[in-house]
Amino acid sequence: MLYSEKVMDHFTNPRNVGTIENADGVGEVGNAKCGDIMKIYLKIDGNIISDVKFNTFGCGSAIASSSMATEMIKGKPLSEALELTNKAVVEALDGLPPHKIHCSVLAEEAVKAAIKDYYDKNGIEYDKSMFPDCASCGHCSGGSCEV
Amino acid sequence: MIYTDNAATTRMSKTAIDAMTPYLDTIYGNPSSLHSAGQEAAEALLASRKTVAEILGCNASEIYFTSGGSEADNQAIVSAALYGERKGKKHIISTAIEHHAVLHTLKRLEKQGFEITLLDAHEDGIVRTEELIDAIRADTALVTVMYANNEIGTIQPIKEIGAICREKGIPFHTDAVQAVGHIDIDVNRDNIDMLSLSAHKFHGPKGIGVLYAKKGTVLTNLIDGGAQERGKRAGTENIPAIAGMAAALKEATEHLDKNAAKLTEMRDRLIEGLLKIPHTILNGDVAKRLPGNVNVCFEGIEGESLLLLLDAKGICASSGSACTSGSLDPSHVLLAIGRPHEIAHGSLRLSLSEENTPEEIEYIIKTVPEVVSYLRNMSPVWNDLQKGEKNYVIQ
Repeated sequence: MLYSEKVMDHFTNPRNVGTIENADGVGEVGNAKCGDIMKIYLKIDGNIISDVKFNTFGCGSAIASSSMATEMIKGKPLSEALELTNKAVVEALDGLPPHKIHCSVLAEEAVKAAIKDYYDKNGIEYDKSMFPDCASCGHCSGGSCEV
Repeated sequence: MIYTDNAATTRMSKTAIDAMTPYLDTIYGNPSSLHSAGQEAAEALLASRKTVAEILGCNASEIYFTSGGSEADNQAIVSAALYGERKGKKHIISTAIEHHAVLHTLKRLEKQGFEITLLDAHEDGIVRTEELIDAIRADTALVTVMYANNEIGTIQPIKEIGAICREKGIPFHTDAVQAVGHIDIDVNRDNIDMLSLSAHKFHGPKGIGVLYAKKGTVLTNLIDGGAQERGKRAGTENIPAIAGMAAALKEATEHLDKNAAKLTEMRDRLIEGLLKIPHTILNGDVAKRLPGNVNVCFEGIEGESLLLLLDAKGICASSGSACTSGSLDPSHVLLAIGRPHEIAHGSLRLSLSEENTPEEIEYIIKTVPEVVSYLRNMSPVWNDLQKGEKNYVIQ
């Protein structure tokens, strides 16, 4: 089997699929050309992510990574969500095949992009180094991810 | 389980298994041995060679057993290249939609100083003979064009291409891996100098194939050693597989017309059903295609997730998506016929065999739209298209 049971579970029964009208933060990463796009919507109350939804165009592991990442940040304070790493997503999914690791990186980046969008919209100061650019994912060789 | 990935491989037929069994069991001699155990195996080798030769329309002495289609492609191309080089000819013509067994062999020759011209396959997936004529040069050492494409099923004008090559005195090779056993082939009628085939594409065993090389063709060994295959392919012959291949080919050929008629009907019904899904396009010419090949692109979704969900619903299929291959780029064939990357990622190939039934086709026609719309509903690309923020590529 290519994927772990956890991945298959989150792929076939993805959690938090959908969009949020008037979301407080929206993050979109990836490129259809490369075969993956993730879009994450956040509803933020105070400092807490009260709701999160995602839309993903991509392979099974991209959908599973989005589902797992949204589960991991739902109900959490923004500071904690910002600490989400792709490694934690991979571990929570009981592993991904080597050539699918970039899917978990995209999930981390989508979460961060949505939080950054919330900060930008609300004029909240933040440490820019906390938001790596998309080239760090290494998937599309050289940051061609801008959408 | 509904198996519709017959272009990848087929189920072995009972006939092929039965033909192999004695050579896995009691008749185990080495055909090179002089004793009776060996000679019994040698007889099977000879009979199989005759069977294959009769079906292709050539002499038994023109048949070389190989480990499969890839080896046959490699040997044919390398042989013609080296022969050409000795005469100062270092130009090879092929197509942009060949199997990697051909394309990667050509890539290697390119690094060794050969010039490669890849003919355009156009949007219909068919090369144009006038473009071949234009591409031919005084130093062209080989023309290699696949008989039928493994992804989109398009059938090339092989007889016409062969005639052009004959007239110009250029060796012509065809990778007929997807065609043999499914459409009528005659190497003389089709003006073919070299042809590759693989047994597991027509219900024979894996790991066995044939290189047909017309009498007088100078072959280069890929494997040196013993004098098997008239000194052109060393290694003790895989007698069980060779016997299984001959039996499978005989059976496929005997039922070819009946199978093709059944397949064509199921194929056309499947295409008709799938094209009802909005923003879906057929890849490859609608008529000049293998009787069992269906290949479509669905806008707004990615192929690997589509395959996994179809598999969960009992349908085995294939896709040209990058994610299914582990590479970043989607199918070179779909890109070559002009599909943009994001569309090529959303491809689905269903390759039928005569073992499929009309009921299975109806189940696929019912199931695929459900899975496609499920994935589209969670796709940000589809969302943008629906909201008019992006324009549909497939109308």
